[in-house]
Amino acid sequence: MSDTHAETVLFVRETMLPQQEPPSSSTGAIGWARQNLFSGWLNSVITVVAGLFIIGLVLHIVPWFVSPTWMATSLNECRDMVTAAGHTDGACWGVIRERWQQLLFGFYPPELYWRPVVALLMLFVAIAPVLFSDFVSRKLLVVTAAFPFVMPWLLWGGTVWTPVMAALGFVIGYLVFRGFSGRVAGGLALFIAAIVAVLWWVLLSGLVAGAFASVLPLALTEVQSRAFGGFMLSITIGVAAIGCSLPIGILLALGRQSDLPLVKYMCVGFIEFIRGVPLITLLFVASTLLNIFLPPGTNFDIIVRVIIMDTLFASAYMAEVVRGGLAALPKGQYEGADSLGLNYWQAQRLIIMPQALKISIPGIVSTFIGVFKDTTLVSIISMFDPIGLSNAIRANQAWNGVYWELFIFIGAIFFVFCFSMSRYSMYLEKKLQTGHR
Amino acid sequence: MKKTVFLGALTVAALAAGAAGAATLDDVKARGKLNCGVSTGLTGFSFPDASGEWQGFDVAMCRAVAAAVLGDPKAVEFVPTTGKTRFTALASGEIDMLARNTTWTLSRDADLKFTFTGVNYYDGQGFMVPKALGVTSAKELDGATVCIQTGTTTELNLADFFRANNMEYEPVPIETNAEAQQQFLAGACDVYTTDASGLAATRATFENPKDYVILPEIISKEPLGPLVRQGDDQWADVVRWTENALVAAEELGITSANVKDLASAPGDNPEINRMLGTEGDLGAMLGLSKDWAVNAIAAGGNYGELFEKNIGENTPIGLARGLNALWTNGGLQYAPPFR
Repeated sequence: MSDTHAETVLFVRETMLPQQEPPSSSTGAIGWARQNLFSGWLNSVITVVAGLFIIGLVLHIVPWFVSPTWMATSLNECRDMVTAAGHTDGACWGVIRERWQQLLFGFYPPELYWRPVVALLMLFVAIAPVLFSDFVSRKLLVVTAAFPFVMPWLLWGGTVWTPVMAALGFVIGYLVFRGFSGRVAGGLALFIAAIVAVLWWVLLSGLVAGAFASVLPLALTEVQSRAFGGFMLSITIGVAAIGCSLPIGILLALGRQSDLPLVKYMCVGFIEFIRGVPLITLLFVASTLLNIFLPPGTNFDIIVRVIIMDTLFASAYMAEVVRGGLAALPKGQYEGADSLGLNYWQAQRLIIMPQALKISIPGIVSTFIGVFKDTTLVSIISMFDPIGLSNAIRANQAWNGVYWELFIFIGAIFFVFCFSMSRYSMYLEKKLQTGHR
Repeated sequence: MKKTVFLGALTVAALAAGAAGAATLDDVKARGKLNCGVSTGLTGFSFPDASGEWQGFDVAMCRAVAAAVLGDPKAVEFVPTTGKTRFTALASGEIDMLARNTTWTLSRDADLKFTFTGVNYYDGQGFMVPKALGVTSAKELDGATVCIQTGTTTELNLADFFRANNMEYEPVPIETNAEAQQQFLAGACDVYTTDASGLAATRATFENPKDYVILPEIISKEPLGPLVRQGDDQWADVVRWTENALVAAEELGITSANVKDLASAPGDNPEINRMLGTEGDLGAMLGLSKDWAVNAIAAGGNYGELFEKNIGENTPIGLARGLNALWTNGGLQYAPPFR
């Protein structure tokens, strides 16, 4: 039947025409520009004005950046070089060439630079299995576990037995916990294990480390904390504070929601006190006040003091960020966990925390970035972080008056670290996206 | 009864600890290193160079003391301090002495319980203006805008000076010297005021230093010197007489170049002989070795040499001796006799 028409019409197309290219004015760069930049007279005007502004800016900045002053040894020499090259204004990059190692490593002995470098590489290996569990073998978690003990040893040096004994304390604590956990309540077993571990660290580990060191003296050259500086100092403080603040913050957040009044009010008191005090005040306490309270001659390392203060500060903020995540979970999740018969810690571990932390990722990473950038505040308590070093470098008459070059260098390195953290958080959010939106 | 014994023991222990803490000289000798507080960075006075070695006029003072006490100018642990941490660092015993361009004032001496051992640099607050302004005296600054660091004595001195001369000014508050340089160069203020040594160092970094003048008026007294904790007179004596030895050495013509020669055998001048230990034993009175002054002078040179090397007219900072010349040249540097 359908054939009948075939005789009355001249032509029937039996196949689809191939798709034609869209007109050239609406594809490629031109099309994109027409659509996004020149879609109306107002947008066109804005585009032209903004374009001129950017071109002007680039024309100003690029000649300043491209300045033949890399080999200069003082600001005046820079100026001569710039004049000789026929420019009126230019950056003085000689200061970076002369001091980049100082900005990265502070006053760390140059022949030992490999130690902080190895520590940094090991940091990347240690965090890889945690951050990218999809791509990296879980076997690398061994490195992660060893890192907190190896890093201080690499940076400060000294006998290898001190970190080994410190790690052994955790092993002893774990064994004690295993031994007791069947017989007494879980909390009590944990308590006993903690006591035993602390006793080990305080009373025995020093002696045992000394004994081992006298038998097998494996040691790295010791480096004083005063030699630390530059980005090495920032990263040491930042990594330690970031690493410790997340677990402490989670515990504080849980404690704040606890039904036990003692636990609850201790956590609330801590969080509110720390958040009510500026970080710089805590740093002053660490650097000056403790000196007066501690007996004379006590050598409580200044970097450790700062790390403790930074960690306390960060964990108070972290606690509130995590609490935000906890508060966002519907009550049904808690009830669901209860109905499955899970106990408190099982429910937290398997149901509550994975969801709460996922919600809190942007806040957590913001706090991390903030902590890392706040490490520059230690310049006020006379430690040579990059900003403090830039002042010290300017105190050298050869470089007195050099600002932008130093700050651009420092800013660029900070940007690399902070931007990577921020991108990672976006990657993580995407990965954990379960499509409820 | 038991309690009293315990308390008594505690008191004795505390006294012993106090006594041990007081004998700084013994502590330094036992430690083999001098802990010296310096500035985290002040042009010409203390700064780390490219290899991390500390340099500068205040730093040289530390090295001289270390050389006098320990015989080694390198036996110094430099503890950088900021304006905010310096006094606690000294009071808490973290450092043995502070050489950080600190102004000697009554309240710091009496109230903060420190002992200033002398003045190694007489400074004073001055003014810098662009030459184009055509000003030749600070008395002509009526109505000027002034860049001034907030929260310092310079701010108070400035207010006093303008009030005493019946003039008006408009302050432009700034936080750091670095910021001040930028503001002043950008023309945000007509006048920049701070210590004269700082002005000279700042001016030397300008692209066209000749376009700016430092006015002749000095409106405040800023005697800068090293200080130690009050209550340890022996240690204060050591620091004081090390400094005196450097000044006396310049007066007597002892330099880092000829000190070893002069110390090898007694010469004609009895004062030189006494100072360098070839006659009598002044060192023992201070609790130091016989050649303490030789070591101190050999460390970096006499006062004049240190001045010329770090901040003098041949350095980029280019400070004239002025008040810091020897008393024989009309200055204020004057060492009591070595006898």
